[in-house]
Amino acid sequence: MPAVSLGHFVALSIVLFFMGAVGVLSRKNALIVLMSIELMLNAANLAIAAFARYWLQADGQVIVFFVIAIAAVEAAIGLAILVEIFRLRRSVDLEAMSSMRE
Amino acid sequence: MTYGALALIPLFPLLGALVNGAISLATSHREKAAGRRWVSLIGPLAPTLSFLVTLSAFLKLRLLPEEGRELTQTLFSWIAAGRLDVDLGFLFDPLSAAMLLFVTGVGALIHFYSIGYMGRDRGYARYFAYLNLFTFSMILLVLGDGLLPLFVGWEGVGLCSYLLIGFWHTDEEKAIAGNKAFIVNRIGDFGFLLGIFVLFWALSGGGASGLSYREIAAGSHHLPAGVVTAACLLLFIGAAGKSAQLPLYVWLPDAMAGPTPVSALIHAATMVTSGIYMVSRLSFLYAESALALTVVAVVGGLTALFAATIGMAQFDIKKVLAYSTVSQLGYMFLACGVGAFSAGMFHVVTHAFFKACLFLGAGSVIHALSGEQDIRRMGGLLKRIPVTGWTFLVAWLAIAGVFPFAGFFSKDEILAAAFFAENELLPWLPRALWALGVVTAACTAFYMTRLTGLVFLGRGRLDPDASAHVHESPRSMTIPLMILAAGSLLVGFLGVPEFLIAGGNRFHHWLAPAIAAHGGGERAAHPSAAAEWAVMLISLGAAIAGIVAGLHLYVRRPDLSARIGAALGGLYRLVANKYYVDEAYRAAIVRPVQAGSRVLLWRAIDVRVIDLLVNLVGILGRGASYVVRFAQTGYVQLYAAVLLIGVVILMWVLF
Repeated sequence: MPAVSLGHFVALSIVLFFMGAVGVLSRKNALIVLMSIELMLNAANLAIAAFARYWLQADGQVIVFFVIAIAAVEAAIGLAILVEIFRLRRSVDLEAMSSMRE
Repeated sequence: MTYGALALIPLFPLLGALVNGAISLATSHREKAAGRRWVSLIGPLAPTLSFLVTLSAFLKLRLLPEEGRELTQTLFSWIAAGRLDVDLGFLFDPLSAAMLLFVTGVGALIHFYSIGYMGRDRGYARYFAYLNLFTFSMILLVLGDGLLPLFVGWEGVGLCSYLLIGFWHTDEEKAIAGNKAFIVNRIGDFGFLLGIFVLFWALSGGGASGLSYREIAAGSHHLPAGVVTAACLLLFIGAAGKSAQLPLYVWLPDAMAGPTPVSALIHAATMVTSGIYMVSRLSFLYAESALALTVVAVVGGLTALFAATIGMAQFDIKKVLAYSTVSQLGYMFLACGVGAFSAGMFHVVTHAFFKACLFLGAGSVIHALSGEQDIRRMGGLLKRIPVTGWTFLVAWLAIAGVFPFAGFFSKDEILAAAFFAENELLPWLPRALWALGVVTAACTAFYMTRLTGLVFLGRGRLDPDASAHVHESPRSMTIPLMILAAGSLLVGFLGVPEFLIAGGNRFHHWLAPAIAAHGGGERAAHPSAAAEWAVMLISLGAAIAGIVAGLHLYVRRPDLSARIGAALGGLYRLVANKYYVDEAYRAAIVRPVQAGSRVLLWRAIDVRVIDLLVNLVGILGRGASYVVRFAQTGYVQLYAAVLLIGVVILMWVLF
């Protein structure tokens, strides 16, 4: 049976990335958007780790660690902002938050 | 040779102007000027110090040999732009010495006089600031070593003239008079600038030029005749504006709206004589163009007679003196036009003394009569304000041209020069101008006698209120009067003609190197002694005739003058209304310009075109924003979408 090649990993990564992108662009709930962002980051991580294993270089793995750390920080801050917004407006509905329109 | 102290001469008044200006700004909000004592000290001190330095420079100058009798000082390189390379420097030669001595001397006297005259005025500090600034500009004009420093001073005195004429600017009439002076001057200045451009363009062909007198003199011989004539005529337009000749004299009578010491200083002794100074300074250039000299002489002669006739019918004491000034300036140009530049300059000097004395005397009379200026409401003042009266009488005899007062010698020299001069273009012209000059001299004597008689002699026709308060002026005003009167008597002896006293006319000899230097010369006529005597006696006769007529008509038989005036009817009205020149200018020039400005420049161009262009910027901005607005939804996910699309495109382009 065919082995799991690099192509599969990259294809999966692409699919996951676009699923995340679609989620960021079209979901109403801000929390879901944040989760979609996480999904996009993880898709990228998958691709990097796959390539690192393929080229047998440790650089890629190190990058993955960086990205995980950054994603964690970003999630923390994003959630903190979201909590503040919720305190202010009592909702996390993105469609309602267009007060910066002209 | 170099003389470092020359820079001090303009420096003192400049500093005075700055200090007085600061005091004026600092105390303007208070009713009573607090710094009055300081102003009274610094204001007159500045020109006095300048006078002392001038005097020392003059004494130094005298010790130098006739060849190369000049003191110079170059301060710094002022403009270095392509072919224009000017250094700011000063030139103190016999001509500038003669001019500067009375500018600073008479100027200082007038500053002192102003302490008494303007003492109670709210703008006291501002007045002295302007007066000092004027003195600085005038000194710069005289002392500059080229056309450009002269022009800076030229503009400066024009500015200060405007500021001082309109000194009491809350009075609209006075403010308008200031405007008129500046605007008419500007017309002259336009011609002056064109003259400078012509000279620069002609002289800098080979290399660079700074338009210093030395450079102009050196280059003048190689210039084509047409260029020289053009430059001389254009520069003369400027002189006509500044020195109030036809047709640009109209600002001077209106300038009497300013304080009387201003009239004495600016419009009698100094600023208005700068035109003659400029022509004398460039005598070598004018000597190359017979046409230019002819124009100068004709304009001068005509102006002299024209203004004299107007002066005969005026009732405001200052207006009479104003037209008299225009007329006397005409004499000076007449002299220059026939090649007798030193005669013209001599009259400048004598005129400075007696005209300043007359104006300051008039100021004293106005002060004594609590503001009255109409001579029909004066009379019999000689006994009541004797110092003012007697000094005025001395100046009167000087201007009328009576021996041995100053005006006699200078006026006679001009008339003699005119009579014996030669003109290539119109051989009969000098004699015709001489005749004009003699008639004008008679008119001068006549109207000055009329003025003096109506003010100081005869019966008093004063307003009772004014009459009760008649008082002599304070010493700060009378002492300058006495000094000027003494000058009016004595200065004439500097120019006693050769045929009377051997080795005489020291003034002419003094100026000769400065005027003949660089190649320009004066007419070399050597008429017989008998002819000279005849001319002199005719001048004297004209003066005496004018005086006798004036005394008869205005002192002995005052009713006669009214009858003559009525008999002359229309002619009298024409003259009394100044030949309606102002009205003609208003109709022919002012109204059309104003109408054209309103309809064309304002409504058509300014509103329709320029405002449209400016508004267009706003309209475009608004239109663009209409379009772009749709991107601003405030909806974060839209922004994220756009971001994503952008990334995709970027990827595509790059890879």
